[in-house]
Amino acid sequence: MRRELHFDAVVIGAGTAGLTAATRLAEGGARVCVVAKGVGSTHLAPGTIDVLGYAPERVEEPETALAQLIAARPDHPYALIGADAVAASLQWFSDRVQEGPQPGYRYLGGLDRNQLLPTAVGAVRPSALVPETMSEGEVRSGEPVCVVGTRVLRDFHAALCAANLDGAGIAARAADVEVEVERADANAVGLARRFDDAQWRAAFAATLAPMLRADERVGLPAVLGMRDPHGAWADLQRRLGRPVFEIPTLPPSVPGMRVFEVLRGALRRAGGRLVLGSEVIGAERAGGRVEAVRAHAAGHDVRYHARWVVLATGGFASGALELTSDWVARDTVLGLPVRGAPGPDEARFVGEYLAEQPIARAGVAVDGGLRAEGAENVLVAGAALPGAVPWHEGSGEGIALSSGYRAAQLVLQESGAEVLERPEADRRTQDAGLDAPRR
Amino acid sequence: VTLVTPIEELLRGSLDHCVKCTICETACPVSNVTPLFAGPKYTGPQAERYRVADEPSVETSVDYCSGCGICTQVCPQGVKIAEINAQARNKLKRQKGVPLRDRIITRPTWLGRAGTPAARIANWTIDKKPLRIVGEKVLKVHRDAPAPDFAGRRFSRWARKHQSPRTGRKIVYFHGCGTEYYEPYEGEKVVAILEHNGFEVTVPKQDCCGLPLQSSGLFDDARKVVLRLARKLAPHVRDDDTIIVGNATSCTLMLKREAREILNLEDDPDLKLVSERTYDICELLLELHDRGELKTDFKPVEDTIAYHAPCQQQGHSIGKPALELLALVPGLHVTEMNARCCGIAGTYGLKAEKYDIAMAVGADLFDQVRASGAATVACDSETCRWQIAKATERPAVHPIDLLYRAYGF
Repeated sequence: MRRELHFDAVVIGAGTAGLTAATRLAEGGARVCVVAKGVGSTHLAPGTIDVLGYAPERVEEPETALAQLIAARPDHPYALIGADAVAASLQWFSDRVQEGPQPGYRYLGGLDRNQLLPTAVGAVRPSALVPETMSEGEVRSGEPVCVVGTRVLRDFHAALCAANLDGAGIAARAADVEVEVERADANAVGLARRFDDAQWRAAFAATLAPMLRADERVGLPAVLGMRDPHGAWADLQRRLGRPVFEIPTLPPSVPGMRVFEVLRGALRRAGGRLVLGSEVIGAERAGGRVEAVRAHAAGHDVRYHARWVVLATGGFASGALELTSDWVARDTVLGLPVRGAPGPDEARFVGEYLAEQPIARAGVAVDGGLRAEGAENVLVAGAALPGAVPWHEGSGEGIALSSGYRAAQLVLQESGAEVLERPEADRRTQDAGLDAPRR
Repeated sequence: VTLVTPIEELLRGSLDHCVKCTICETACPVSNVTPLFAGPKYTGPQAERYRVADEPSVETSVDYCSGCGICTQVCPQGVKIAEINAQARNKLKRQKGVPLRDRIITRPTWLGRAGTPAARIANWTIDKKPLRIVGEKVLKVHRDAPAPDFAGRRFSRWARKHQSPRTGRKIVYFHGCGTEYYEPYEGEKVVAILEHNGFEVTVPKQDCCGLPLQSSGLFDDARKVVLRLARKLAPHVRDDDTIIVGNATSCTLMLKREAREILNLEDDPDLKLVSERTYDICELLLELHDRGELKTDFKPVEDTIAYHAPCQQQGHSIGKPALELLALVPGLHVTEMNARCCGIAGTYGLKAEKYDIAMAVGADLFDQVRASGAATVACDSETCRWQIAKATERPAVHPIDLLYRAYGF
């Protein structure tokens, strides 16, 4: 035996970019396998799709700002992805959420106007597409906010959040609800599972209701249910008789985990394969192509042969890019060339920690079609792309989603006929809690 | 002063990659249902910094870790969380001593040899509540924990008499203790499927892989047991391409990886050879299919199946090959369960003090099985099947059972 598997496309990485690319490819008829070291960015990100929040002033209309950015910065990922694919990816994602495992859960918004939602520390976050369960947090609505925390969730400080909102001119105050958990503290996931329970919610609402003032809406940490967030949120609104909204928390991110479940389920329905806990350790190259990627599995390595590879491994934070001690930036997964790192004579860091660092725009070098330099069948998606500064631009999830979408679109365009000619993969396997397969 | 072994160094070295992202905590089936286990990040990369060789362990809740390994699978930074925690459990056992119960239930070979000749009496005993209550009081094995019936015959006896057609395409079958003493018919099905696909099946003399001992923290005994098995299997695969295939997915994972990584046996040449050559049965069949070499003369099987991929199966890092194989069978309607763990974790859920936790861990899966409306559960690991069958009152079979039916032997 040879421990060799063959696919039309292998996607490396199971964050938003990788899962989107893989699902879209599988939906297009390709035989796809996702190989990932572990779970990706979804569990850490707030679950909103921020397309463009700052350019550099706060963006009101992402569609307009996006067009300007694309015109001014041809090296930016959005210029390679194109505005059309960005818009199409948002629609695609919204559809997958609605078909997903959480009944009634949906995203609201689009490219016409950013929503301004409070963060866990009471700053304001411009997002294009947000879970409905967060949308009542829009700070421009003018209604006063009661930020409700609970002592056991130690990473969510309602008083800090409320004070900062209030300082920014958004009337807000904090309240604290005592909840019983078995241990001294609870994380967001533990609380979310409790909010799935109707009796627990009823008790929570009964405790909270008398603390609220007549005109207040209620902001809660984003823990309103894992399996049925829509049901939990709607139930709380009904019981409290007022708008309720979720505020993203520090990791673990419950809304982010919901996104993972949506995309994982969609991938499975489309017939794609997902291998977690398997680190890709190198590529086998022939000429200008990657013929196969090698990955660790228990006891042995596996060679995944693929006509196409989508590299969606993330940037420096995930370890996919690294800066060596002699200041060479490298792609640690496939060893592809990196672009955008400061040269030997250039400044490498600036003094202010949160300022745009010179290293920030480094990424795997690509051409206009997201193809990696020197590897014509490798497309790059997500934070591995060069040219963006996501935490400054408020663009991380938007780039991840739209570049994953675009990479799949490009592969399907190029090899569509071959891929689609094959008899449709068997899709009789259903996913627990999901509706019947789409086809 | 005890010197740190290379494997301990490797595991400990990995903890520096921990960025405290908490992804392991979101996935841990145990810490999400009980405060008795503080969670993989806390007992692993965090507490490990305070564990010093030859000094008492600073953290005792790691005894409640079931060793399912999910934390390591989901970690995006490559931290060997489950492996660090396994070492910590071993240290705790060395420090606090090993209960008699753990010395017995971790020895499937002893139990099997004792129970098989007296299967009727043994099975009668297993079913009797008063005797189980005594067992709980004396041995601390929970009265309601799933206990399979002894088959009363051993698979190896059948295998010795069975002559595989001499096709020259040799394969070694590692059947494990579950097949040997409890489900010999599963082994016969595996052999039939392999032979149908042109293999000449060899069944060497073999016994336990040592996983129950390892997961209960009895490392010295586990090393002896797994090396004894490796010595028996290795001579059969010294040529270039003969492989070993097993249907007990947690035991094949033990041979592939856990014995080497957790028991610090990386350097044993026999174990290394066995590890590299071992396949899970569904992994093998799907790979054959990917190469166009699997016979797919499947007849329709009209059945509704709830498929659960056990934690240890996921530890192979091969995806869920059973799902794709079952999709090849006409008529079969398969629903994939989306729950992490059935709770049993080998012997964890048998232990009186852990039984309730194991049932709480499995509750999500049991609910999904019931909600799926499936008549039959498919699952790759025997202890998980026994747990699921008992909790959901449905038959639970290995996926190869369904392939066997579809081949229509």
